Amino acid sequence: MATLTIVYFAWVREAIGRDEEQVERAQAGATVADLVAMLAARGGGYAQALGDPARLRAAIDQRFAPLETPIGDAREIALFPPVTGG
Amino acid sequence: MNRVVIQVQDFDVAGELAALEALGGGGVASFTGVVRGGDGLLALELEHYPAMTQAQVARIAEDAMARWPLLGVSVIHRVGRLEPGARIVFVGTASRHRTAALESCAFLIDWLKSHAPFWKKEHFEGGATEWVEARAEDEAKAKEWGG
Repeated sequence: MATLTIVYFAWVREAIGRDEEQVERAQAGATVADLVAMLAARGGGYAQALGDPARLRAAIDQRFAPLETPIGDAREIALFPPVTGG
Repeated sequence: MNRVVIQVQDFDVAGELAALEALGGGGVASFTGVVRGGDGLLALELEHYPAMTQAQVARIAEDAMARWPLLGVSVIHRVGRLEPGARIVFVGTASRHRTAALESCAFLIDWLKSHAPFWKKEHFEGGATEWVEARAEDEAKAKEWGG
């Protein structure tokens, strides 16, 4: 697949102003952290939401994963704040 | 029995407990979380990651079943808008051993707080809103269980 689906939740979603988008795989970088840096460089709400990776958590194909995890052949990357359920 | 439900509507605690009691283990433990009011809070809004939530909570329930000799686990987590006094989460466990029932119940609620994709937003009188920040002590509590 040429594209990767990115989904956003909570204040990450609100700052970016959308809950989902497609990114060209070739532009996504090797790891989730690379993807985050690429998106943050767009500025505006992206920079606000993703500029400080220490505040972010991620999931790859619906499994929690550290930001340094390689994207590999994943289909969906989720970016969100630390969870607050329970 | 391994029951995991993510839903908008309220749940019946007595019915959930009765189902666990009917497993015949002799010991049932439970935790019910309720939205705490105060400071002008009008409601909590529970957001989640629908494609992931059910499977992730089921994995947490399976972890509990693997770590303790349990006859059953029930986890119900509500999503959507919840006002103070509303039930938000239920965890119930059944076992032949009270220690297993009580410990696994505590494990489940600790892990739900830090290992399931839910986010809480607070809505206050006057229109202010605020995303609840994850608490380091919740993460530390989950870590105490290891794994």
